[in-house]
Amino acid sequence: MTVALGTTGPCQALSALRAPGNLRVIDAPDDAGGTLLLRWELSANDVAAGAPGDSSVTGYEIQRAQSPDGPFVKVGEVPPRTGEARDAQGLRDGVGYYYRVAAVRGESQAPSAVCGPAVPTGQWFHRGRVNTLVAVLVLTGLILYFIEHARRGRPVFIRKIAGLDAVDEAVGRATEMGRKVLFIPGSQDMDNVQTLAGIAILGRVARQTAQYGATLDVPVARSMVMVACRETVKEAYLATGHPESYRDDLVHYLTDDQFGYAAAIDGIMVRERPATIFMQGLFYAEALILAETGNSVGAIQIAGTAEPSQLPFFVAACDYTLIGEELFAAGAYLSREPQQLGSLKGQDLGKAVILVLLVIGVVIQTTGLFDFAALFVVQ
Amino acid sequence: MKRRVPLILTAVVGITFVVQFFIPHKPFSGLQNLLTDWVQIIFAFAIWLGALNLMKLSGESLYRRKKRWPYATITIACFVATAVVGLFFSGGSRFQDPGTPFDWIYQNMYNPLSATMFAMLAFYVASASYRAFRARNREATLLLAAGVLVMLGRVPIGDRLTGFLPEGYRLADLADWIMNVPNKAGQRAIMIGIALGIVSTSLRLMLGIERSHLGGRE
Amino acid sequence: MTGRAPKHGRPGAAAVGTTVAGAAVAVAERMLRIDRRWLFAFVTVAVSLPLFFNLQQHVAVTPEARGVRDAVAQLPPGAHVLLACDYDPGSAAELQPMTVTFLKQALSQRLRVIVMGLWPQGPPQADLALEEALRDPAVAALAPRYGIDYINLGFQSGNEVVIQRLGSSIPAVFPRDYRGTPIAQFPIMAGVRDFSSIAYVFNVSAGYPGTVEWVQFAGDRFHAHVGSGTTAVSAPLYYTYYPAQLTGLLGGMKGAAEYEVAAGFTGKAMTYMFSQSLSHIVVVIFILLGNLAFLLTRSRRPQP
Repeated sequence: MTVALGTTGPCQALSALRAPGNLRVIDAPDDAGGTLLLRWELSANDVAAGAPGDSSVTGYEIQRAQSPDGPFVKVGEVPPRTGEARDAQGLRDGVGYYYRVAAVRGESQAPSAVCGPAVPTGQWFHRGRVNTLVAVLVLTGLILYFIEHARRGRPVFIRKIAGLDAVDEAVGRATEMGRKVLFIPGSQDMDNVQTLAGIAILGRVARQTAQYGATLDVPVARSMVMVACRETVKEAYLATGHPESYRDDLVHYLTDDQFGYAAAIDGIMVRERPATIFMQGLFYAEALILAETGNSVGAIQIAGTAEPSQLPFFVAACDYTLIGEELFAAGAYLSREPQQLGSLKGQDLGKAVILVLLVIGVVIQTTGLFDFAALFVVQ
Repeated sequence: MKRRVPLILTAVVGITFVVQFFIPHKPFSGLQNLLTDWVQIIFAFAIWLGALNLMKLSGESLYRRKKRWPYATITIACFVATAVVGLFFSGGSRFQDPGTPFDWIYQNMYNPLSATMFAMLAFYVASASYRAFRARNREATLLLAAGVLVMLGRVPIGDRLTGFLPEGYRLADLADWIMNVPNKAGQRAIMIGIALGIVSTSLRLMLGIERSHLGGRE
Repeated sequence: MTGRAPKHGRPGAAAVGTTVAGAAVAVAERMLRIDRRWLFAFVTVAVSLPLFFNLQQHVAVTPEARGVRDAVAQLPPGAHVLLACDYDPGSAAELQPMTVTFLKQALSQRLRVIVMGLWPQGPPQADLALEEALRDPAVAALAPRYGIDYINLGFQSGNEVVIQRLGSSIPAVFPRDYRGTPIAQFPIMAGVRDFSSIAYVFNVSAGYPGTVEWVQFAGDRFHAHVGSGTTAVSAPLYYTYYPAQLTGLLGGMKGAAEYEVAAGFTGKAMTYMFSQSLSHIVVVIFILLGNLAFLLTRSRRPQP
């Protein structure tokens, strides 16, 4: 009587361990090199649990050598019911490697036929990202075309954005009331595009405060943002002929910590009661804390963010809100520079293209013609 | 020169990063990791700029007895105390380990303060909702209805109120539908617009058309 | 108050009606200008009162929460799961119960839990959650051991780049655990290479980096199975990823309570749900009263 192992049923002899078949080894596609992909057919002793047959294989061992005669060394293992593996351990590009895959059952092994030589290489283009490349080229092309179009003096229409039209009025209000303008350029760092968009608006606001003689206060949460904002504010004061009104302390650092920053700004709002508050940039949970406190001190508030989770709070608590892409359009809207307006037009055309694709996609997916959505998967 | 060098750097690095997304081959594959490491190091050193500025302003407020000098005193005292405790009384490089004095400050002072600020949102949500959810016009009424339905539907009491209705028609189901259908559609639309805005702004930055972060146009 | 003699013999009926209406409008106008601190007071009572009575209520489990439970439940014993704690103490009220419940479910199923964080405060929060999970009777009975059944790899800076690097090699990103011990010394990390070695990724996130990055990099690029727990304010954003890119989604305290019910490990989220329910009701009542006041005062305003 043979001792029963695995799940072959009681008191049945184990069948001879069979090797996996049809081993193929290829260079891993779309990578930097140094990786090979192995695929094989499962051993006859590796059927699914519950299916008729022998499922006594406990795994597969991947073995590698630099010549077909060996010596083969173990470079990895995978569990049963797995028909592929990836070897990225110490492979050199341009060097041939030989593989075999052994079905394992306890101490026994049944190796497959040797396959090779397989040579790992790096690819110069990621074929799984063709769709992204096409999208980038189309969108970039549209934006560049309309930048050029605007540069040639062709007019570009842009709709009214109430929040940006209110900037002058808001700064004027602060001047009349003799109270300061508080500008908060988001709670994140210069690596975020929203912060840069906020700083573009700060430039405009700083020009207004310089011209009207209002006091500007810009508390920031990041050192690099402090440096960039100081440059922007200084240039704005210089450009409007009021260099004497500029001080470095107009822009000052508080803390990197999210809620420490919110608490410090709340303190500034409650103590100094600014007449106008701008919140332009990326905010997270501190958004509502800032907006409600600003509302409680009676300030006019103009907010803008592209963080969708915080938009409802700004809309509820502020007088004007720039929603999403309106924040990015602010620089162009306020400066009215043709090139910047042209880029907005290109962006809008890009949105139109996406709209058309959405409609086409909905129709195709609903009718089941083919898997349209698969064209947009990015690997 | 002061602006030209950053503009050239921005263009070169920006375009390189776009290109490296499509080229897996070395050296492009390692660029993102490399530059991220560099950025982390630069940001770490940059923290000193901010910290020194904070201490300078707080020191000035205290010295000149400006209106907010008590708060400046607290700022300086806490900054110095935390730094000294962390550097000299918390076991050197293992200062973050549980049981150290620095960890005590973190667990017993920083954590509760942080949680308190976050908890204030509960009160501010109430006051903001009270003010904002008014049926001024059709859209505002729709917003009001959706807000009330979701607020009630997302808590178990909402189920109690409409438990007598057949499944699929209760408040919780209605709230789920609002979240899964109109909310999802609106969020996706906003996200698409934001993504396009980011692409356009990034392109303007790389091409040097957007220069506000460098002080604006010459 | 018109001064005219009443027409039908009921003395002052119009006058009384006008007085009542006037009083109502006056009350409505006061209601519209109510000091926000009254709202804060009512919310305080609504949130804190239930905590003294330890009340609980039935919580219906949504498909999104069940998705997380089911994804973990179908994993075989010994499978590796990655728990990414991307939050800080400020969000712990909502997110810590999710982390604890996940750990209880995973450890009670004898899964191997690898903890890490993209936020610096995440791993300490995970340690606190592990302490709590290990005290659960169902988990304690199995006596899980550090380094064999679970491990805390700590924090790594780099945001989404870290996730990308994990896709190449987890040991390269975390050569040591949270306390500085080389991971080669821990049996749990034997054979763990990249996302192909991880059966499930559960991300508990309060913002950036968090759910979006795990979906984009771990899920879309490396085809890991990803589930997420997030704050209630962020959850609406992530419904777009369910169910194609997220196997399950827990939103806020309610999501945590649903997960506790679904997984069978009642904890703090269930306890706190009554507070949340009452506070929602208070807010809704004030909103309705505010609208009533608004409509009353609007109807009384002179027409142009």
